[in-house]
Amino acid sequence: MIAHAIFFYTFSIIAVVSAIMVTASKNTVHSVFFLILDFISISCLFIMIGAEFLGMIMLIVYVGAVAVLFLFVVMMLNVAQQKNQWFAGQATSKHIPVGLIISTLIFFEIIIVIGGWKYKPEIFDINNSLANTSISNTHSLGQILYTDYIHVFQISGMILLVAMIGAIVLTFRQRSGVKKQSYIKQISRERAEGVEVLEVQSNKGVKIDD
Amino acid sequence: MEYLSIVFQEVYKILFLLVPVLVSVAMIVWLDRRVWAFVQKRQGPNVVGPFGLLQSLADALKYIFKEIIIPSSSNKVIFILAPIVTMTLALIAWAVIPFSATQVLADINVGILYLFAVSSLGVYGIIMGGWASNSKYPFLGAIRSAAQMVSYEVSIGVIIINVLLCVGSLNLNDIVIAQQNMWFVIPLFPMFVIFFISALAETNRPPFDLPEAEAELVAGYQTEYSGMMYAMFWLGEYANILLMCAMGAILFLGGWMSPIDVYPFTLVPGAIWLILKILLLFILFALVKAIVPRYRYDQLMRLGWKVFLPLSLIWVVLTASYLFYFNLLPVN
Repeated sequence: MIAHAIFFYTFSIIAVVSAIMVTASKNTVHSVFFLILDFISISCLFIMIGAEFLGMIMLIVYVGAVAVLFLFVVMMLNVAQQKNQWFAGQATSKHIPVGLIISTLIFFEIIIVIGGWKYKPEIFDINNSLANTSISNTHSLGQILYTDYIHVFQISGMILLVAMIGAIVLTFRQRSGVKKQSYIKQISRERAEGVEVLEVQSNKGVKIDD
Repeated sequence: MEYLSIVFQEVYKILFLLVPVLVSVAMIVWLDRRVWAFVQKRQGPNVVGPFGLLQSLADALKYIFKEIIIPSSSNKVIFILAPIVTMTLALIAWAVIPFSATQVLADINVGILYLFAVSSLGVYGIIMGGWASNSKYPFLGAIRSAAQMVSYEVSIGVIIINVLLCVGSLNLNDIVIAQQNMWFVIPLFPMFVIFFISALAETNRPPFDLPEAEAELVAGYQTEYSGMMYAMFWLGEYANILLMCAMGAILFLGGWMSPIDVYPFTLVPGAIWLILKILLLFILFALVKAIVPRYRYDQLMRLGWKVFLPLSLIWVVLTASYLFYFNLLPVN
């Protein structure tokens, strides 16, 4: 139990500290690295409560794909310019009220959720009884996701697909005059189309370009 | 006291796994160079030790005694972290590889997801190294490898789904045992080919070694590295290649299972069979390096997104419908 507690506090302290550092660090690339550290420690916490599937999916999706794309974009920014703008004071101060409102809202939402658990303890029992069954949590997730909630699941997938297509459409521009290579054309080219054998007459030469 | 003995036991097990892995990484570098040389009718490293077997050790010694140069304009913490991350990620994945039904360090329920997650984290070592060097060539190499590894991960993920459909479990031992009657390489042969090529791209091996294409980018993300840090990148890279071979062996070639289930073959321990299969796949990797020219970058992206991804998705639909129609779905 002691080992469990040590691991829990290690991971949660790392998670909280790195979450603060995401917003506090001056360098955007460092922020993304702290975000990755945060994701990793959160997925370790997931694994510790026995939700190994969620933890691994968190690693694969967030750390393996989403954060790579973040880094990809952020690395392209000119960091030297960023450093001067960040924490300058004037530029960020007008966003503080909005940020405060949103964070208070989220705080109250969390209080409502936790309060619900506090005053309706039977919800906890349901969770525990589900967790104690003999099937692994990958199986139990699949059995819920693909039976009772199949439509919600499919619709959320469709929404993601639509968002992806929308992003592509928004940034798509057709450039004219760009040379494109067609593999079929390249492979199906015959010798007769590309090579011409000419008899070169003495002292006259051959004209190549017309 | 009880805790301490458990910890010591685990450390002993981990060392028993990692030391052979590191030694075999050194050997595999030698094998790679030998195969490469033989294809080109050269001798390859054959001077140090019998058949040149100790060449990698000599190289490692050379790297250890070289000076580690840290560029003054680099981001020092991340610069030093990058090779450590690469090597650690390449080594921790071996924890779940089963060498027989019982010989496995961590027999976790989601073994294949763990392998996939760790191999997808491998890109960070390269990105960190490339960005922290604060230099043009490493940065270009890092950008290339980020795009490349993310693209080919997608098709590897879909291929893994194909195998999982036939197994019905994410446990690596279950995947091996499900191949008792027939290795998955036979029914899923096109997927095996795509997995092999994607693994080449995922580990930045030729013909997909664009992140370190020496003709364009000097040495890509490792341009600024020297001494032991360069050697750690190298070790991590080869450990990753071995890991991909092990993954291929487990997913498609029956893991630690003997090829035929008859008397003299079943006596051989499972670890030997797994090592033989890994070696077979690795020699294929080495042969590809020797005979295929480097891909152009846009062709690489086209191959990943427009050929492999649709093909493997179609194969998922085919596998699923076949299993469903003939009532072969593994339900437990």
